[in-house]
Order: sequence, then C-alpha cells, then structure tokens
Amino acid sequence: MKKNKLSEGLVEILLRISAGASVLAIIIITVFIFYKGIPLIAKVGIIDFLFNLKWVPTNGSFGIGAMVIGSLAVTFCSLVWSVPLGIMTAILMAEIAPPKLADVLARFVELLAGIPSVVYGFFGLIVIVPFIRNHLGGVGLSVLAGAIVLGIMILPTIINISRDAILAIPKEYKENSLALGATHYQSIFRVILPAASSGIITAIVLGLGRAIGETMAVLMVTGNAAVLPDSLLAPVRTMTSNIVLEMGYAAGDHQAALFATGTVLFIFIVILNLAVSISMKAGTENGN
Amino acid sequence: MATRGKEKIITVLFWLSALVITAILAGIIGYIVVKGISAINWEFISQPPSRAGKEGGISTTIIGTIYLTLVALLIAVPLGVGAALYLEEYGRKNTMFGYVLKLTAETLAGIPSIVYGLFGFVFFVIFLNMGWSILSGGLTLAIMILPTITRTSQEAVIAVPQEYRSNSFALGATKWYTIKRLILPAAAPGIITGIILSAGRAVGESAAVLLTAGSSLGMPLNITDPARTMAVHLYILAIEGISMERAFGTALLIIVLILIINYLANWSVRKVVRQ
Repeated sequence: MKKNKLSEGLVEILLRISAGASVLAIIIITVFIFYKGIPLIAKVGIIDFLFNLKWVPTNGSFGIGAMVIGSLAVTFCSLVWSVPLGIMTAILMAEIAPPKLADVLARFVELLAGIPSVVYGFFGLIVIVPFIRNHLGGVGLSVLAGAIVLGIMILPTIINISRDAILAIPKEYKENSLALGATHYQSIFRVILPAASSGIITAIVLGLGRAIGETMAVLMVTGNAAVLPDSLLAPVRTMTSNIVLEMGYAAGDHQAALFATGTVLFIFIVILNLAVSISMKAGTENGN
Repeated sequence: MATRGKEKIITVLFWLSALVITAILAGIIGYIVVKGISAINWEFISQPPSRAGKEGGISTTIIGTIYLTLVALLIAVPLGVGAALYLEEYGRKNTMFGYVLKLTAETLAGIPSIVYGLFGFVFFVIFLNMGWSILSGGLTLAIMILPTITRTSQEAVIAVPQEYRSNSFALGATKWYTIKRLILPAAAPGIITGIILSAGRAVGESAAVLLTAGSSLGMPLNITDPARTMAVHLYILAIEGISMERAFGTALLIIVLILIINYLANWSVRKVVRQ
C-alpha cells in the first residue's frame, strides 16, 4: 500500500516535470536569444539598429532598416489579397456552401497548410518568378513574388480561424435577422460578420505573424537585395532571409547582429501573440 | 430588384474565391507531380547523392528526414502527453500554473521557425556542444512540435467520458492505474492524430533544421552525426541551381509524404469521431 502511494506520487511529479518542460523551454529560448542579441542592439543603439538603412556588416555598419521595411512591405502586400480572399472563402464555407462541399474545401485548406514552405518557395521560384519576369518586367525575384507566395501560405490560417469565428456565432442571431425580413446576405454582412469581427481580426493578426516570420519561401523568391525596394517588381530582403543567408559565415559582431534581428522578430511575435490571447480572453469574458 | 442583382454578383464572387483556392492547390500539386514524376525511380530513392546532389539519388536525405522526425517525436510525445495528463487529469488547468502553460504553448506555437533555428544553434549546437547533429535538430524540432502534441492530447483526454474515471475510482483503482488502463487507451486515436500532424511539421521544416542539423550529405548513422533533410536538400538544389530535375523529384517525394501523413491524420480523426 505504501509502495503504491509512493509510485502514485512519483508519477505526479514526472507529469509535472513534463508539463514544466515547455515553460523551461521558453525561458531558455528567451534568455539565449536575448543574451546573443541585446548587447549588439545596445552597442549600435536601438534606433540606429532598427532604422538605419545601411547594412554593411563587414564594415561594422549594422542597420536593418531596409530589411524591416522589406519584411513589412512583403507582409502587407500578401495580406492585401489573401485577407479578402480568405474571409470570403470562410464565409462561403460557414454560411453558403452545402456542408459536404464545405468539408471538401476544408480538406483542401488543410492540404494547403500542410505543404512545407520550401515547396512553396520552389514553386514560386520555378513558376511565379519567371511569369513576373516575362510578363511584368524586372528580374522576377521581387516584392510581388514574395507577396503572392506568402499570401498563399497564410490563407489557411485566415480561413480556418475566420470560419471558426463565424461558426461560433449563435444561430439565433441569424434566425432573428431573417425573421425580421432581412435577406441571407443582409444577415451575413450586417449581423454575422460584425458579431464575428474579433475572431476575424485574430485571424488576420495571426496571419500577419506567420507572414513576418516566414523564411524559406520568401528567401527563395524575393532576390534578397538589402536595399529599399522602389517598386513591387524590385527585389527585397526580409529580416528572416537575412538571418539564413548570412548565418553560414557570420562571426563576431556580424553574427550578433543576426541574433539581434532574431531578437526583434521574437519580441514582435510574442507581443502579437500576447495581444491576441489577452484580447480573446477579454472577448470570451464579455461574451459571458 | 437591385438588391437581388447585387446578391447574385456577391454569390458568384464567393464561389469564385473557393475556386481560386482550389485552383492554387491543384496548380501547385499538379505542377510538381507532372514535372517531378520523371525524376523518380528506384535509383533516386535508394542511391546516395553524388557531386553535391547533381547526380545520384537522395537516399541519405530520406534517412535524415525520418531519423530527425523520429528523434523529435521520441522527445516531444512523452512530454506533450504528460503535460496534457497533468493539466486535465490532475485538475491543474484552472490554476495559475495552468494559465501560464496555456500562454507558453500559444507563444511557442507562434515563434517563427528561424528563431527556433537561431536558438537551437546557439544553445544545442554551440553551448551544449552537440554540434550540427540529428540530436540538436531533433531537440529543436521537439520544442517546435510540443504545443501541438500537448493541445491535441488535451482534447483527446477531455473527450474521454467522465464515467470511465468515476467507475474506475469506485472499484478502488488508483489515479495512475486509471490513466494507464482506461484514459490513455481511450484517448489514443486522438493523441495519435496529433503525433501524425506533428510528424508532418517536422518533415516539412527547413529553416530551423538547416541551422541545427546542418546540411551534410553523408549518411547519418549516429545521433551525433549531422544530416540533411529532404526539405533542406530541395532548398539547396533549387537556390544553388544544382539540379532542377532532382529538385522536382525531391519536391514530389515531400508532397507525397505530406499527402500520406494528411491522409493518415484524417483517417485517425474519423476513428475518433466514430468512437
């Protein structure tokens, strides 16, 4: 009996340790990323590091301004087309399409989410880049190519979360609206979408986070020139691409600058995620 | 009348959006299948690459991918399932610790893979002196998939009917005995779904793997050996223009692997639903 109690206690301790593993992981990740990145940011100065456009690491000039703007430009352009397309698909799946067809679409979206980013990058490099080069001009490796590939990659995030948000709206909302004489579409646009708006915003914010952090696919199609892009057809380098491209040979301050870029990304993503989970918590409390 | 015309246009637009999504998916998969099928034969699968991948097959990268994925799962599955049991069965979900864990899982899930790569590089490769290896890559991947495994295991455990527990306790069984003999078997299909989905993520990952497992083309035998996965191989073949034919073949094999994983996951989900 005593032995039994002992092993029960031991199991609970083991389970507690495994639960603690992820907390430990995030602490170590934070410590090591900061430890490698913060000193260089302090040395260069945060303003200079983030906004200086001159990235000449061999010459001691560590400004990631061009890459920050590159990341933002590619991300923004990808959201411009994938957000409307994703939300419309989500509405179609939740409200309009027959359930069987909606399930088939859901499987398609799942497959899109499962395709690895290198495969997207490869497809972009082989199909989208030459298409842009031949039909729109420039070298093809461009902001536009990055925006197309990234947009495809974040569609599943936008569709799935928006669809869940729409499906979570109580049926009575729509029934009441229809009973008052509104058409199906009036109910969708005036009642359901406003009620689902916080979930849809979450979908967009998480899609944005995914787009900012995406690396390989973007790296393969954007040409990676570390200068400000002057048009949609110009090449561009993102913060994430910069890390992969130069990590192989960087040393000393140069390597620290790449970690500092990682630190900036890390802080940005953590803030986005915390904002989402806190606002979702507030949302559910309001809902009750 | 005007609204009706407008509604018709909107309907068309909605269906068009679904059509675009379908066309994108079919276009990508179709193109890679058509272009890649000619590269695939037994030699491509069974022979190691030679001349940096210009010739030969991709056998070492297939082994590297499987090896790395298995190591990651071996580490992450016990931790993830254990965490789920602790939160759900030991009633710790609504404590402060439970809330911290939830926030942690959400944050871990959002961190970009390149940041994991940087972390794995500085911590496992350099600080713990593991070098570019299956072990460094597997540990890094394990942290990346931990949130998925924990969350799906939690859902699977929650879905087990409450009577299982009360009946078992009434018969005098201990908590751990109940978990081992009743809860885990009943939750297994759901847990397996999570494991399969995580395997898909591990197979497709490239940025983090490149920085932690390296890109050596040799056959990984020991866990301390460096390795190149199929995803990393595809990246290097394409970006350095080594062999487009072999890049297509590699891309096709990755897609096939992902499709199989997706099918298995759906199959086990259906099993859960039937239960």
